[in-house]
Amino acid sequence: MLKISIYRYNPDTDSAPYMKDYELDTKGKDLMVLDVLEQLKVQDPSLTFRRSCREGVCGSDGMNISGKNGLACIMPLSQAAPRGKLVLRPLPGLPVVRDLVVDMEQFYSQYKKIEPYLQNDTPAPAIERLQSPEERAKLDGLYECILCACCSTACPSFWWNPDKFIGPAGLLQAYRFLADSRDEATDERLGKLDDPFSVFRCHGIQNCVSVCPKGLNPTRAIGHIRNMLLARAV
Amino acid sequence: MVTAITNFGRSGLYDWLIQRISAVILLAYTLFIVGFIFFSKDFGYVSWSALFDQFWVRLFSLIALLSTVAHAWIGLWSVITDYLTNRMLGTKATLLRILTQTLLGAVALVYTVWGIEILWGI
Repeated sequence: MLKISIYRYNPDTDSAPYMKDYELDTKGKDLMVLDVLEQLKVQDPSLTFRRSCREGVCGSDGMNISGKNGLACIMPLSQAAPRGKLVLRPLPGLPVVRDLVVDMEQFYSQYKKIEPYLQNDTPAPAIERLQSPEERAKLDGLYECILCACCSTACPSFWWNPDKFIGPAGLLQAYRFLADSRDEATDERLGKLDDPFSVFRCHGIQNCVSVCPKGLNPTRAIGHIRNMLLARAV
Repeated sequence: MVTAITNFGRSGLYDWLIQRISAVILLAYTLFIVGFIFFSKDFGYVSWSALFDQFWVRLFSLIALLSTVAHAWIGLWSVITDYLTNRMLGTKATLLRILTQTLLGAVALVYTVWGIEILWGI
């Protein structure tokens, strides 16, 4: 019998958040955490969480699973609850809307700041803006981000300064456009990042790397941004 | 672009670079002093005094002192702006942060002048 402890909070009825215990018979199957949540929702329809694609592509069900941020849909119980006890909490640092659902506004406003779209004033050619295979390869490990917010909400610098520090997810995407051969706004992009908070609040502790469900490395991307800022200024 | 006026050098990049360079200087100075203490024959007042009689040792010590001040300023500024923020403490955090920074600045200035006095007074 799997024991599950879930963070519950309904601002309309609860004065404070609390942990609620559940039990579930998994019939010996190595379910994904999201499957467990779906089955518990049958038991208790008031349990609230986000989910959509259920295969690690949409990034909706990021949550804190037994102490570590991850996607519920691709996190097996064998990994999340090896001793038969599963603890689920919302992503840390962001305001809780209800139960496991957080308000992602701070996360998205940082993403918006880095202008996550190609900027190119050269008239578009008749077909596409072509890249060599080498130029395209520079985007590998960057474009795969699904904005689930597992990394940024695992980062203490983002917890303390979510209004000033871009955070690992935003910075990974900032580098994705800095590294793109088709983007022409490199200097303007770097200019907007050269302050003591936006990039330099990263102290390289690599929480982001350890939790990323897609196996990406924001710390390395932040290092590349730092080197570009350095090359531009020295 | 986030505005900040109380960090060491206004630009994040400048602070980051100074933090790294000062760390290397402090490591070199620590190895030098610890190495001298452990590896000099008959270590004592005479050899210590002779060491600091040399101009380059005083200069190296002064550079290490200034590195300490810069390194501490950048590091403590990061700590203060993590924890003494308006988000965490409300509007009183602004005054608290200014007071803390002024105190740290005063301590840094006193240590610098006092350090020069010690280095060139012996």
